[in-house]
Amino acid sequence: MLSFVRATRPALLLILISALALAGCESVFTPISPQAQSIANLATILFVVAGLVFVVVEGTLLYFVLRFSRGRPAGETAEVETKNERRIEIAWTAAPAVVLAIVFIVSMVILRFLVTQPAAPGMGAAASAQTLNVRVVAHQWWWEFDYPDLGIVTANEMHAPVGATLLVSVESADVIHSFWSPVLGGKIDAIPGQINRTIYTVTKVGDYGGQCSEFCGVDHAFMLFRVIVEPRAQFDSWVRQQQAPAATMTGHAASGEQMFMNGACIGCHTINGTIARGTLGPNLTHFASRGTFAGSTQQNTRDNIVKWLEDPQALKSGNLMPNLHLTPDQIQALADYLESLR
Amino acid sequence: MQRNMLVDAQALPLQRYQTSVLRWLVTTNHKDIGLLYISASFLFFIVGGVEALVIRLQLAEPNSRVVSPEVYNQIFTMHGTTMIFLFAMPILVGFANYIVPLQLGARDMAFPRLNAMSFWLFLFGGLVLYSSFVLGGAPDAGWFAYAPLTGTDYSPTHGMDFWALGILMTGVGSTLGAINFVVTILNMRTRGMSMLKMPLFSWQILVTAILILFAMPALTVDAILLYFERAFRAPFFLAQQGGQPILWQHLFWFFGHPEVYILILPAFGIISEVVPVFSRRRIFGYAAIIYSGIAIGFLGFTVWAHHMFVVGLSPIADAIFSLDSMIIAVPTSIKIFNWVATMWGGRLNLKTPMLFAIGFISMFMIGGFSGITLATVPVDWQVTDTYYVVAHLHYVLFGGTVFAIFAGLYYWFPKMTGRFLSEKIGALQFWFMVLGFNLTFLPMHIQGLMGMPRRIYTYAANTSWGDLNFLETIGSFIIAIAVGIFLWNVAVSMRRGRPADGDPWHGHTLEWAVSSPPPGYNFAVAPIVHSRWPLLEENPDSVAEAHFATDVTDIPEETSVFPLVVAFGLGVAVYGLVYLYPVLILLGVAILFAGIVGLVYEPR
Repeated sequence: MLSFVRATRPALLLILISALALAGCESVFTPISPQAQSIANLATILFVVAGLVFVVVEGTLLYFVLRFSRGRPAGETAEVETKNERRIEIAWTAAPAVVLAIVFIVSMVILRFLVTQPAAPGMGAAASAQTLNVRVVAHQWWWEFDYPDLGIVTANEMHAPVGATLLVSVESADVIHSFWSPVLGGKIDAIPGQINRTIYTVTKVGDYGGQCSEFCGVDHAFMLFRVIVEPRAQFDSWVRQQQAPAATMTGHAASGEQMFMNGACIGCHTINGTIARGTLGPNLTHFASRGTFAGSTQQNTRDNIVKWLEDPQALKSGNLMPNLHLTPDQIQALADYLESLR
Repeated sequence: MQRNMLVDAQALPLQRYQTSVLRWLVTTNHKDIGLLYISASFLFFIVGGVEALVIRLQLAEPNSRVVSPEVYNQIFTMHGTTMIFLFAMPILVGFANYIVPLQLGARDMAFPRLNAMSFWLFLFGGLVLYSSFVLGGAPDAGWFAYAPLTGTDYSPTHGMDFWALGILMTGVGSTLGAINFVVTILNMRTRGMSMLKMPLFSWQILVTAILILFAMPALTVDAILLYFERAFRAPFFLAQQGGQPILWQHLFWFFGHPEVYILILPAFGIISEVVPVFSRRRIFGYAAIIYSGIAIGFLGFTVWAHHMFVVGLSPIADAIFSLDSMIIAVPTSIKIFNWVATMWGGRLNLKTPMLFAIGFISMFMIGGFSGITLATVPVDWQVTDTYYVVAHLHYVLFGGTVFAIFAGLYYWFPKMTGRFLSEKIGALQFWFMVLGFNLTFLPMHIQGLMGMPRRIYTYAANTSWGDLNFLETIGSFIIAIAVGIFLWNVAVSMRRGRPADGDPWHGHTLEWAVSSPPPGYNFAVAPIVHSRWPLLEENPDSVAEAHFATDVTDIPEETSVFPLVVAFGLGVAVYGLVYLYPVLILLGVAILFAGIVGLVYEPR
């Protein structure tokens, strides 16, 4: 049985290494919001309590295995008079019940915090400056981010000013998805015919990852998004840029624009202020201002745009954009146009 | 000693089981059907295991293309479906079939032909499901098949039709089987065996059968609604047409959570038999184990929405389901404490069944703790739908159920075949399994916390998930080696294993009062029992005496071909329903009715 102890040693080592790895990257334990922080605290408490109970029970089990399996004559059944059996049963029914009652109450206190909008420091205008409505619409396989109060529609990148409380509403355009960035806090499903709401207060500047976490079909693995938390001034200038009409095109970009407007593109994409009003695909009005595209799976570089236009399925198989069999010239012109949509 | 000599006298030669293949098609004997269940579901276990290896190969490194995303989605859907519906459930039913009538001192199940029908419905249901791989595409929406991804718009192949109807077939089989077990256990206990003298395995099977009876209808309704939606455009789950996607989830989990207990209660039963026998002590807290099993079964129906904390129920609903889920941990810990207490002061006999039982208690406990973290709503919001859940469910269903299944296989193999499985090979398998299992599933907790969602076919190289994934793939192959070692053990031991007498482990319950393997009729005369441990407490002669009261070698074996016909007819009809081909539907229904008429008018 000692071999069992030996066998578990690499496992413990493994946990240690993994814990170190966990410390170095984005996870549930690197929160940027008080909501995620409170869940991380609760998880830590639970892991410690569960770990202690496990050590005690498993230790007892292994002790019994070692103690009662050697040095005793083999033979017929051993009988041990067990007095107070009823008392023992009551004791070990009550003990887990008490621990679980405490765990439940703590978790409910935290749940109450998570579903309550934090009080703003001021009232009226000051309060509304601290909150930001974001409408998230999940599509197979990309994310639409709308800011209804700001008149902004963008895709795959959610910008927010540091310190703001995001009042997020989540919807779906097709099947069930789930909106989740571990650093923000708990996930919430995007369900057709239903609007779900959640609250995050972002407190740390940075560029964070997130990803769909409800299986939603072929490209479920590549339905990513970025959460970009920036200083207020930077966010305000981003808002001004996004609110501006689409850029005026010259040269190659203008011929690209013409091609876009005369082609199949407008069936699925919107460019504000033009005849392109499709809603199946992402709004491209300020496409070039985004760092990534295609469900945040591709860096927004000239190279990748060209590859995408040559064959969208090559970069992200299964996505809903058809191969339009464009000529190299058309692709260059369209790429010029897309790169000019700042 | 005297007892062992007596029970061996009626030993049935192993050759009896090799006489004719045809015999297996018409048998209605509970032991034959038990063996059919166990071997068929073990084959599905191997298939599901190969699917798991494909999953692990695909995930071993980032951006890998071992299989396409389309194939990957089919593979993980079929892995889950197979392991739940075609392996874990039927193999436990197989144990129950073989062991329960023996433990009760009965000659067979209450309805032997219904029993055979249950088996054939399960087998044909599984084969129908698997035929979808070669008929244009297997199901690809996950084993819990969330609408509307299952609709024809998003899943255009016939895969989901096969899934809905295949699950329906196995579900009909399970329901009939459950009725059979309830009737058998309530009515066919031998003289003197009151409910509170019944062996613990049979008790857990009774609770399980009742769970099946109440849980399965929800899945049946769900599968029929899904089929109607796909075949006849009846939009039960399509929001745009007035349907409700969440309806699917409520119905599915109203089945799906009790299903977890359907898979774990029989495992508890196996452990409750193995631990006392190999501790050479009576079970500690016999009544507590029964009452906690009943409590788990009852509470199991009140927790389904803890699978749905992120669908946007109200916080109050979340709180109620969270509380219920935590309450379930209390009866579960009672069982664990009782098993551990049973070892206290005993003389442990660390044979392979006991190794797996100790492994079960240890691994299942970890699954229980991660279950409590998932039952707290806030933590669930973070880690649900991630690899943390994959880790949790495998600690419960693999570390729990599968370890218990191996404990049961090593424990009852001598009873079923008259030969021991090799202890040396068994210990080897156990340590490979413990190592492989933990290497595969322990790191998944961490991955979930690091943000890796479940059911992704690959991941980018810039994530930090790659190393752990590689480690898990190595672990999964160690598990495969462990299963290979088991198969080798069976192959060797069937032919050259050490012969086992009727009571090779010094068991406590009636299945050990008959020869190994038992005669077709089990007991010549119903034994009389006066305690919970008839083989421990009573004069062994009185049990055996009943057994040899008369010469019964000429009791005829009853057989029937009609259970097979009924199940075959339903299988044919299912193909007709998938392709909406009326001739095939009518043909299938005609065969089915012919089978039923045959059953009714068959001379008995």
